[in-house]
Amino acid sequence: MNYIALKMLMGNTGKYLGIIMGLTFASLIMTQQPAIFVGLMARTFSFISDVGQPEIWVMDPKVQFVDDIKPMQDTELYRVRGVAGVEWALPLYKGMLKVRLADGTFQNCIVVGLDDATLMGGPPTMLQGNLVDLRQSDGVIVDEDGAKEKLSKPPVNPGDKPTPIKVGDTLELNDRRAVIVGIAKVTRTFQAQPVIYTTYSRAMSYAPRERKLLTFVIVKGKVGEDPAVLSKRIHDATGLSAYTTDEFKTLTYNYFMKNTGIPINFGMSVMLGFIVGAAIAGQTFYSFTMENIRQFGVLKAMGTGNGTLLRMILLQAALVGIIGYGLGVGLTSLFGYSMRNTILAFKFPWQLLLFSGAGITLICMFAALLSIRKVIKLEAAIVFRS
Amino acid sequence: MTNDNIAVRCKNLVKTFDTGEQKVYALRNIDLNVPTGELMMLVGPSGCGKTTLISVIAGILDQDSGSCELFGQDMQKLNTSQRNRFRAQNIGFVFQAYNLLPTLNLAENVSIPLIINGVARKQATKTAADALEQVGLGDRVRNLPSQLSGGQQQRVAIARALVHNPRLIVCDEPTSALDHETGHHIMEILKKTAVHKDRAMIIVTHDARIFEFADCIASMDDGIVQNVTQSVDTH
Repeated sequence: MNYIALKMLMGNTGKYLGIIMGLTFASLIMTQQPAIFVGLMARTFSFISDVGQPEIWVMDPKVQFVDDIKPMQDTELYRVRGVAGVEWALPLYKGMLKVRLADGTFQNCIVVGLDDATLMGGPPTMLQGNLVDLRQSDGVIVDEDGAKEKLSKPPVNPGDKPTPIKVGDTLELNDRRAVIVGIAKVTRTFQAQPVIYTTYSRAMSYAPRERKLLTFVIVKGKVGEDPAVLSKRIHDATGLSAYTTDEFKTLTYNYFMKNTGIPINFGMSVMLGFIVGAAIAGQTFYSFTMENIRQFGVLKAMGTGNGTLLRMILLQAALVGIIGYGLGVGLTSLFGYSMRNTILAFKFPWQLLLFSGAGITLICMFAALLSIRKVIKLEAAIVFRS
Repeated sequence: MTNDNIAVRCKNLVKTFDTGEQKVYALRNIDLNVPTGELMMLVGPSGCGKTTLISVIAGILDQDSGSCELFGQDMQKLNTSQRNRFRAQNIGFVFQAYNLLPTLNLAENVSIPLIINGVARKQATKTAADALEQVGLGDRVRNLPSQLSGGQQQRVAIARALVHNPRLIVCDEPTSALDHETGHHIMEILKKTAVHKDRAMIIVTHDARIFEFADCIASMDDGIVQNVTQSVDTH
């Protein structure tokens, strides 16, 4: 009877495609929008991810997320170094400074100052130049996207594309000269500002004068030291906030979840996709069943039990569900692939597949239930009506 | 007539339909025996209860009172799944509107009763092709119903009704949607292929042109079988 169920479904091409389109749309919305959401949220802590080496981040107790800069006194670095179990503790500057562009306009950039001696916390991938080139006079490393887009030079002729800045070019950072010694690949940040790496001492000279300038102390524990235990020890000893890398990411992520409208906006899109998908698929599937109600009546009259009819409808629902889900996920993947080198945030973890799969299953069950109810209640005597 | 050759035995059969404010009597104390090896026609005006009677006989509707035995089995005493199985094994249907599944080809349509009875699809399709051969459509097994004329579709329906070799064939107005010549041809096929000494056939009709094919005619009016007359078969 499964074969008959499938032939009944696929034989009505218009309805069959209509149901699949509804489910594809629902699946697309339920994967594409959350994938953008996840991508966007991952950007909130991309800076933490890019600074790969430290296990613990120490900061002012009032800091709520990675971009919430509340500098500490430089002496805090030595207090952290004094805590038992610390292998190394290094300063890291992170600030938002203005760069004066060639056309006279200003661009806000994230400036990261690395420990002069070790250059720990540098960009994950160098595309041009080397990290040690930061030791050259006035040397800075600029991220690739910033170099191509926001920090690029105006086009020579009107209408042409802007010229990316390159190694050897100079920038003006807070009235001070900076020479580009390298181009790096970094993960885009939430605010999509260009990222400029330099040494800690040079960053101090670029930054406006303030009594406190130390943003973070990055810490590595001794071998065998549990980062969670060590961070608590640092907190107890210094009164500063100390988070493991994962804790700091979660802190940042939670801040954006709680204090921005992003989750609500994306949640509404996903809900809308679910409702519209359920409505289209449910209505089309139901009308498909109603068109075939006489055929179901014939099968019933011939001795097909309700259990078999139920299985037939579930099989039909499962088939359109699997195809619609596959197409939706495929389209989302294609979308993500085609947008991989653009500014669009997109991340498609396996959990999203489960989430959207559960959503599509719910829609199919809803669509099938509407039809099953009708078919189970159907009187086989319908077949004798002309 | 002995008990052995009675296919359908209805006693004091009563069936009512509730239309809200009042009860409508569709069958009033029907007593009817249908012998095997014969073609019985149920005739009468519209609304006289013919279709209700065959629905009860086929176990599709439950009677309010009285009994209806099919080959000695009172279907009302069976549970739903037993009744479905009994119907699947023992009854073949031919409907006025053919009721072929439009997306299945002819062989697949005819194989449905076999598949319901648990025959493997490959074997069922092969048997269905043989059944179609018997009704003269052996060369159209892969066609869809929409590619056939009304008469041809009814021949497919006959093949479907016979393919699993049931003991009772129930036909509801099998010729009323067909012209005289085609209707006559359909009846000839039915008579030739369906009538068998171990099988009974009930045809509901008010198409007087086919009365000549009946072995006996039961006339109904207002839910009552008025009389049963034996007919002389000229075919």
